[in-house]
Amino acid sequence: MLEAQARRRQQRSGLLLALPAIIWLGLFFLLPLGIVGVFSFLTREAAGIVSLPFTLEHYERTFGVFSVVLWRSVWISVVSTVICLLIGYPLAFFIATRQNNWVRQLCLFMVVLPFWTNFLVRTYAWRILLGDQGTINAILQGLGLIDAPLTLLNTPFAVILGLVYGFLPFMVLPIYASVDRFDFKYVDAAHDLGANDIKAFFRVVLPMTLPGVFAGSALVFIPCVGAFVTPDLLGGTQGLMIGNLISRQFGQSLNLPLGSALSVTMMLIVMVALLAYVRLGNRRLGG
Amino acid sequence: MTPDVELRQVVKEFSAAGKSKRAGYQVRAVDNVNLQIAQGEFFAMLGPSGCGKTTTLRMIAGFETPTSGEIYIRGKAVHDIPPFHRPVNTVFQDYALFPHMTVIQNVMFGLRMEGVPRQEAQRRAEEALDMVKLSHAAARRPNQLSGGQQQRVALARALVKRPSVLLLDEPLGALDLKLRKEMQAELKTMQQRVGITFIFVTHDQEEAMSMANRIAVMHEGHVLQVGTARDIYERPVNRFVADFIGETNFFVGNLVEKRDKVGVVKLADGATFEASLPLDASSVSEGKVTVALRPERIGIFPPGEEDDMPREVPLNVLEGVLYEMDYIGTDTRYTVEIAGTTLVVREQNVDYEDNYDFRLGQTVKIFFPAVSATILQE
Ligand SMILES: Nc1ncnc2c1ncn2[C@@H]1O[C@H](COP(=O)(O)OP(=O)(O)OP(=O)(O)O)[C@@H](O)[C@H]1O
Ligand SMILES: [Mg+2]
Repeated sequence: MLEAQARRRQQRSGLLLALPAIIWLGLFFLLPLGIVGVFSFLTREAAGIVSLPFTLEHYERTFGVFSVVLWRSVWISVVSTVICLLIGYPLAFFIATRQNNWVRQLCLFMVVLPFWTNFLVRTYAWRILLGDQGTINAILQGLGLIDAPLTLLNTPFAVILGLVYGFLPFMVLPIYASVDRFDFKYVDAAHDLGANDIKAFFRVVLPMTLPGVFAGSALVFIPCVGAFVTPDLLGGTQGLMIGNLISRQFGQSLNLPLGSALSVTMMLIVMVALLAYVRLGNRRLGG
Repeated sequence: MTPDVELRQVVKEFSAAGKSKRAGYQVRAVDNVNLQIAQGEFFAMLGPSGCGKTTTLRMIAGFETPTSGEIYIRGKAVHDIPPFHRPVNTVFQDYALFPHMTVIQNVMFGLRMEGVPRQEAQRRAEEALDMVKLSHAAARRPNQLSGGQQQRVALARALVKRPSVLLLDEPLGALDLKLRKEMQAELKTMQQRVGITFIFVTHDQEEAMSMANRIAVMHEGHVLQVGTARDIYERPVNRFVADFIGETNFFVGNLVEKRDKVGVVKLADGATFEASLPLDASSVSEGKVTVALRPERIGIFPPGEEDDMPREVPLNVLEGVLYEMDYIGTDTRYTVEIAGTTLVVREQNVDYEDNYDFRLGQTVKIFFPAVSATILQE
């Protein structure tokens, strides 16, 4: 009786505290999301104008002509996330295990240092490096390793490079936090029970730092799927991604329903991918 | 027979780099330790915080490499053997159970690492859990267990590997008194049953004495004395050991004569008494010495009651002034001053009535046999 009352009171005061956040989310997230959802089923009347009747036409186009782009967005994002993980985990692990506090702080500072320059500028810089007359080709030709310039720019490869470069810190920081919190007595225990370094890592360290891996992967994968600056500047037509399509529908073409359908699809892809990932990760490593 | 575990002149130094600006500053956590631990022995390492107990254990387990000296397990030098290949398992101070695994998975872990097939590992893990009476908790996670249950899982996880030697680092430190007592008894029985050598670290002297066959008393990285509980209690080698184990009185006097097993000690006021020489009699020489004397080994009586003194053994009798008397239930504590030294005497209250009528400030006589007093090494 009393307990139930107390719990209810607690819930009420909790609700009160969360109220500003709830209003904010409702107004600027859920409402627009609802609008986008509804728009995606409406008919395009004219540029920027929608009307009834409901139609599935935009989803048909999304999964029809645009399926190539959808598929490319997914695989580019997956590859970028995996590369970020493969680079980011060892890096975060290295930083978190430095004894000297000063060294740790310095390393972390260097990881976030690129953020001090505008993302657009940094991505443009890659154009200069990767172009046919760019730095990389110039060096390779200068060394006599290649005769004709390699096509680096305007390829999925360039997009992946740009995405990894841009989002790597989002992978490193959460993993760093996880490894930093990890108590190495568990490694001693694993060694004690007969696990060598590799087994101790995969059976004990990795499972216990999975929250960081999941957080980092989500933080990289989500912006990758939605990326449009990087593929725009580095991908050309070969590296076009769903983000570019969406920005075009809401920009030049003003095809709001199609843009909405693409957006909804993108969100679904992200949600399904992350759920599957967490499921799989927990099953394979969660013991 | 070769000892199960042997330490020869083992030294471990930690450089205090990072903490201290003094470059090259070294901490000697373990200093020239020699130990021989027999197979099937329950061996305790006892000492105050920071004396190097954990470091010694970690070197045996292989988590730390000695700065110098050698460690042998079953006669084999283990210097180059990594922890995961040593026939040694550890019960960690805070258990270090893997939080992401269930209890049974924790216990199976070591077997799986050895390559034992899943079915058999499961069966043996279940047996081990049965032994520690935790079969019902197999599917739980460590954080759903009480401290005592976690301790038992840690024990099962280590024992299931059937190690030659089990290292236990203050395994009962986190438990409350009652559970502690229970687990002490359980551990002891378990050790006798499995016959595995136990090296047990504790800073609780009572725990060490009640459980171990032999005890090593450590202080500031040194092993001061190794012996049975009785050796260490009755014949402490020096002041630290005497003081660390139980309550002790210290006399300072002059050793004027060494006989077979006893020495004659002369106090400042000229009174003499006999006390036992240490086990290693050559370690003390004539001159200034300290004598340890346990409070419960001293008898006390008022003058004029000399007839009540036991006569079976030759006794030392000294005269002093009583200036404090505390009734503490099971015992009465008397504080007596003799030749400038304060001495505590503890008498059991066996009768409802006090045996004698004492008055504070009164001259009293105390008596004790020579075997009860030990001359200490400096
Ligand atoms: N990794 C290390 N680096 C530097 N000094 C250390 C390290 N490990 C232990 N020491 C020092 O070595 C000494 C012995 O430590 P140890 O942990 O062996 O003590 P202990 O007897 O187990 O104490 P406690 O009863 O508190 O657990 C201490 O002075 C400690 O500060
Ligand atoms: Mg310790």
